[in-house]
Amino acid sequence: MFRKVALGSLALATMTAGPALAQDISIKLGVLNDRSGVYADLSGEGSVVAARMAVEDFGAADKGIKVEIVSADHQNKPDIASNIARQWYDADGVDAILDVPTSSAALAVAEITAQAGKVFLNSGAATTDLTGAQCQPTTIHWTYDTAALANGTGKAVTEAGGKKWFFLTADYAFGHALERDTTAVVTATGGEVVGQVNVPFPATDFSSFLLQAQGSGADVIGLANAGGDTVNAIKQASEFGITQAGQQLAALLMFVTDVHALGAETAQGLSLTEAFYWDQNDSTREWSARFEERQGAKPTMVQAGVYSSTMHYLRAVEAVGSSDSKEVVAKMKATEFDDPLFGKGYVRGDGRVIHDMFLFEVKKPADSTSEWDLYNQIAVISGEDAFLPMRDECDFTE
Amino acid sequence: MAMTENESGQEVRFLKEVGMPRLHKVIFLVLLGFLIALPFMVYPIFAMKVMCFALFAAAFNLLLGFGGLLSFGHAAYFGGASYVAAHAAKVWGFTPELAVLAGTLAAALLGLAIGSLAIRRQGIYFAMVTLAFAQMVYFFALQAKFTGGEDGIQSVPRGDLFGMFPLQDNIALYFFVLAITFGGILALYRIVHSPFGQVLKAIRENEPRAISLGYQVNRYKLMVFTLSATFAGLAGATKSQVFQLASLTDVHWSMSGEVVLMTLLGGMGTIFGPLVGAAIIVTMQNYLATFGAWVTIIQGVIFVLGVLLFREGIIGVISRLLKRRL
Repeated sequence: MFRKVALGSLALATMTAGPALAQDISIKLGVLNDRSGVYADLSGEGSVVAARMAVEDFGAADKGIKVEIVSADHQNKPDIASNIARQWYDADGVDAILDVPTSSAALAVAEITAQAGKVFLNSGAATTDLTGAQCQPTTIHWTYDTAALANGTGKAVTEAGGKKWFFLTADYAFGHALERDTTAVVTATGGEVVGQVNVPFPATDFSSFLLQAQGSGADVIGLANAGGDTVNAIKQASEFGITQAGQQLAALLMFVTDVHALGAETAQGLSLTEAFYWDQNDSTREWSARFEERQGAKPTMVQAGVYSSTMHYLRAVEAVGSSDSKEVVAKMKATEFDDPLFGKGYVRGDGRVIHDMFLFEVKKPADSTSEWDLYNQIAVISGEDAFLPMRDECDFTE
Repeated sequence: MAMTENESGQEVRFLKEVGMPRLHKVIFLVLLGFLIALPFMVYPIFAMKVMCFALFAAAFNLLLGFGGLLSFGHAAYFGGASYVAAHAAKVWGFTPELAVLAGTLAAALLGLAIGSLAIRRQGIYFAMVTLAFAQMVYFFALQAKFTGGEDGIQSVPRGDLFGMFPLQDNIALYFFVLAITFGGILALYRIVHSPFGQVLKAIRENEPRAISLGYQVNRYKLMVFTLSATFAGLAGATKSQVFQLASLTDVHWSMSGEVVLMTLLGGMGTIFGPLVGAAIIVTMQNYLATFGAWVTIIQGVIFVLGVLLFREGIIGVISRLLKRRL
């Protein structure tokens, strides 16, 4: 009897003690990405580190917001991703899922997030469908998408004189989408596509396709593929001396970790578009140095996107004073941000985050002063130009 | 009830007895009771996944364990059916049971077509022919418009059973899946213990002798191949309704490998082995997901240990120790 009373008063004490803190919110974030496959370097554990850094830099503990971070490997498969996402929402009380590279997995998670009424902060996936054909009120797509890549690389390279394009296209939906988007941009900018070849996916031998590209008389060889395919194609193009012979390679989806793996020697002269590069200004350098200390590599734009989206989310939680998904997402969309990594930007009604994109060229080995000193910035593409316009049916702000 | 277990009496008893031995009855009842309680103990979607794979493994076991035919392309039927069911539910607006039926039917036809060619060869050639066809199905799924390439068919609606009972709730869906998979496994049990099943075992043990006895061996083989594909399709179609998704994973050759692993680990040629094997593999994949690449390594180690230490599989060993067929 006494024990019951004691417990009761204890419970009462904690209940009344609660509001003494400014706020008493606990949040669980799930970082769902590739931890073992081709995208493990560009997302993987680095994204978890980035999320943790966001929680620490935000000072969540001091503000009375308790944040727990869990992570899992979706192996780039939509079925595994949807399985984990469901379990996280239904059974484990996760409030928001972060990152999720691989478009198919991201679309699956977006759907489940909407059903569960939680928040999806995507950084890793490329598909424009997340804020297009399959848009959801709970999706926020932070870092980049195929349209932005096409607008960046396709437009800037064509304007810079690369008028005639030849595409090496990975023969599946993603490759075709990338080729289609880039073709539209190239022709709109006054360029032309002189040819294309579908490459079976995944491919290791690009020699015959590269020879076709070489013989096509194109100025630019566009690589409409990703991951290991892109790396292989660039390696073999380097062996063929394609860039030395005057043709330009344009990777339509590539990350700084890929370039780092290839080395400046092999990748030199390559054009590519990214949303973030560690060596842009003092705040990106400062953050990237701290990141490198923990993770042993410079951050990719995907990992930077996880950091910034987590930060923006936490600020919204603080402002709203609860973890209610609807209110938090509305707050995120209503608040413009000036982010240390992505600069000024805002979240559009459909969840597309609008910020500047950058066209880079890979440095010549002679100009590179360190292992990670890889890019020269060629152009800035403003967010309004980079991303697709919003579809009316996807505007979820009331 | 002739429950004696001497070797000569056994076959006779199976032919005589249409019903189930008491031991199997008890196991099935315990299993059913366990499965009814399961969604209240573990996450229902996980339990549904286990059941779908259990049916898939049991279907595969019909072909390998009782027909003696090693197919290395069962993902084609599993995945093919899941695509058809997903498409039927999403685009054609079929109710769940009709979508599952459509998927199963597609798998049956696919099995009939591929089987009629594959059974003309034996052993490794048979396995390679099935693998080659499965790769064709994979390629088709990758390229065809309606399958959505690597995105798969996503956000398949769960719909209303018979157009009346909504299945959006996980528990409701669970009992729909339980009915399908348990029914499927009982049907497979019935097939194995029918005169047809006896002929299959005869062919497995000694094909020339079965031919000399006047059996049209190829007809039996085609029949069992088609049946196995049909039930694999039933499992795949059901899975697509559970996850609201049909994806390339389901038609990928590694799925064909996984079902071989489940069957061998649990016990090839036993009734309950594939169910146990499927449960173990799916549970591992689920709870070890955070270890990433380690899952496949751990799976490999378990497989090697399984083959070295208990070649008959888990249930196979238990069955030998109990001196009872399981």
